[in-house]
Amino acid sequence: MAVQGVLSNRLRSLLTMLGITIGVAAVIILVAVGHGSAVTVSNRIEALGTNVVTIQPGGFGFGRGSGGFRSSFTRLTTKDVKALQDPTAAPDIKSVTPVVSGSVTATFGAASYSPSQFVGTTPSYEEARKSPVEAGTFITPQEESQHARVVVLGQTVVLNLFGSANPLGQTIKLNGISFTVVGVLVPKGTNGIQDQDDIAIAPLTTTQDLITGVTSGLSQIIIEAKSSHQVNAAEAEATSILTPTHTSNGSANFRVLNQASLLQTSASTNHVFTVLLAAVAAISLLVGGIGVMNIMLVTVTERTREIGIRKALGARRTDILGQFLTESVLLSVCGGLLGVAAGLIGSRFKIVGVQPVVESYSVLLALAVGVAVGLFFGIYPANRAASLRPIEALRYE
Amino acid sequence: MSSRPRRRRPTLALEGVSKSYGAGEIAVRALRDVDLVVERGDFVAVMGSSGSGKSTLMNLIGCLDAPTEGRYLLEGIDVSQLDDFELAFIRNRKIGFVFQSYNLVPRTSALRNVELPLIYARVPKHERRQLAEAALVAVGVEDRMHHLPSELSGGQQQRVAIARAIVTEPAIVLGDEPTGNLDSVSGGEVMQIFSRLNIAGRTIVMITHEAEIAAYAKRVIHLVDGRIDSDRRTAPLTALPPLLAPDDVSKTESA
Repeated sequence: MAVQGVLSNRLRSLLTMLGITIGVAAVIILVAVGHGSAVTVSNRIEALGTNVVTIQPGGFGFGRGSGGFRSSFTRLTTKDVKALQDPTAAPDIKSVTPVVSGSVTATFGAASYSPSQFVGTTPSYEEARKSPVEAGTFITPQEESQHARVVVLGQTVVLNLFGSANPLGQTIKLNGISFTVVGVLVPKGTNGIQDQDDIAIAPLTTTQDLITGVTSGLSQIIIEAKSSHQVNAAEAEATSILTPTHTSNGSANFRVLNQASLLQTSASTNHVFTVLLAAVAAISLLVGGIGVMNIMLVTVTERTREIGIRKALGARRTDILGQFLTESVLLSVCGGLLGVAAGLIGSRFKIVGVQPVVESYSVLLALAVGVAVGLFFGIYPANRAASLRPIEALRYE
Repeated sequence: MSSRPRRRRPTLALEGVSKSYGAGEIAVRALRDVDLVVERGDFVAVMGSSGSGKSTLMNLIGCLDAPTEGRYLLEGIDVSQLDDFELAFIRNRKIGFVFQSYNLVPRTSALRNVELPLIYARVPKHERRQLAEAALVAVGVEDRMHHLPSELSGGQQQRVAIARAIVTEPAIVLGDEPTGNLDSVSGGEVMQIFSRLNIAGRTIVMITHEAEIAAYAKRVIHLVDGRIDSDRRTAPLTALPPLLAPDDVSKTESA
């Protein structure tokens, strides 16, 4: 009976469903967008290594005028690295990895390529940055101490220099100096900002000798804590170790970046953002529900006489209530299912640079809320139909 | 409905029934102190000018409305004491309505219309269909059972409405000017169906303001200003309906 009611006025039913459809689709897509950007952020956290703190030269309180003066004081050196590796002063620190970066042009035969990142570092980088090798080996301690001319390449660099050929054991030239390729990194993809595979890694000693120069200082020190709970303790220890030797004009001239926690903050901001988006979408669902109610009221008025006939034939209050409630729930279920389909299709496309990630809970929730909205807004019209007095309903023209 | 242990009891009995609309000084008394007993198997025509209270009487008998005063017993049940739920049950099982304007549910096939009372009686689907088809055969529109009301003539619609009224085998069939919207030929056919139903044992009460239609009944009641003005028996209770067409007698076996 209810199906017949819905089908008897197709266009109207369809337009009513559209309200619910848009609401459900909006909830699914917007939650997926919010979740998608949260996933991007957590991927970045993963890529950074979850337990690491980064120390960079340069303080927050520095004036612009003291540029030349500043660099001599802000330089991070291998001495600082040794100080941080002291297990009594820094019990929560697992490893300390110095990093220098420079820019190089790599050539192999006729191919030439400039990786966006070139770093000189120590073997602990592999673990601290979560950059394992896919083939060959990472830089070994021997190569580090022997100032070996070896290099580990990311997939993008390999592709640009070697194409599909095997790079292991080959000799490439970095700024004209020969290096042997000893390893290829596992691909990491993009972190949303840059291609993490566009990298070349050489031993710290070799890099300082041949590329950046010994006096230029470290561009950063990566500190890995023993566990994710000890990150903040490690950060505090590093700060207290470095502060006595790196203070000028009363303020520290180095920066400690606990990037994981920064990104966690951004993830929680993201969560608030997702909830806000969902709330906006929920409003459209509510509006859709009011549309259902409106149409059901019109339907009840139009079919007053029919209701009278049914009551005269012995329909109970609950029969009429059931018929009209079923009709409004049917409208919202169909609308909701269409909305789920639209939401899933819509989530396949990138929206403002974010690849939406559909959350199964949001699909179920949106559908359930859509149906509940239909039920809730169907109660009043259905109740009105069921309460009609048969003689008055029969007399209605 | 096949077994009726207490046959002595009248099908319906109104005892001092009054019905007023509104309250106080502006109250309109549509029925005043009406006493009426209709025996099982009777065929009653209620006549009266408009405003005489015949529609009100019909609504009360049909349990669509409750009396202001007095008692109404339908097969011995005091209907004025029943709640909405029980009234719906009474309307479903004990009463079959035939309206002037047919009142078939639109956009719903004839068969489905006849099935409606059975749906509300929670009759299983298979049985429902058989009963509905049998009722449509009884009124002679079995070839139109899958048509929508809008595809049927007035006479055919009214036959479907009669099939719907009798499908639950009610204690009483109520006709509210059943021929009012029909031409005289279709009207005559409808009255022949009523007459055959009466032979088959159905109690019939119908409203009409046409004397030719009232002539089909075995008892004619005139209402004036909400009171029974005259109550005339035109044929004995146990006799055949007076205007039954001779060739229809043979068809009664199927009804």
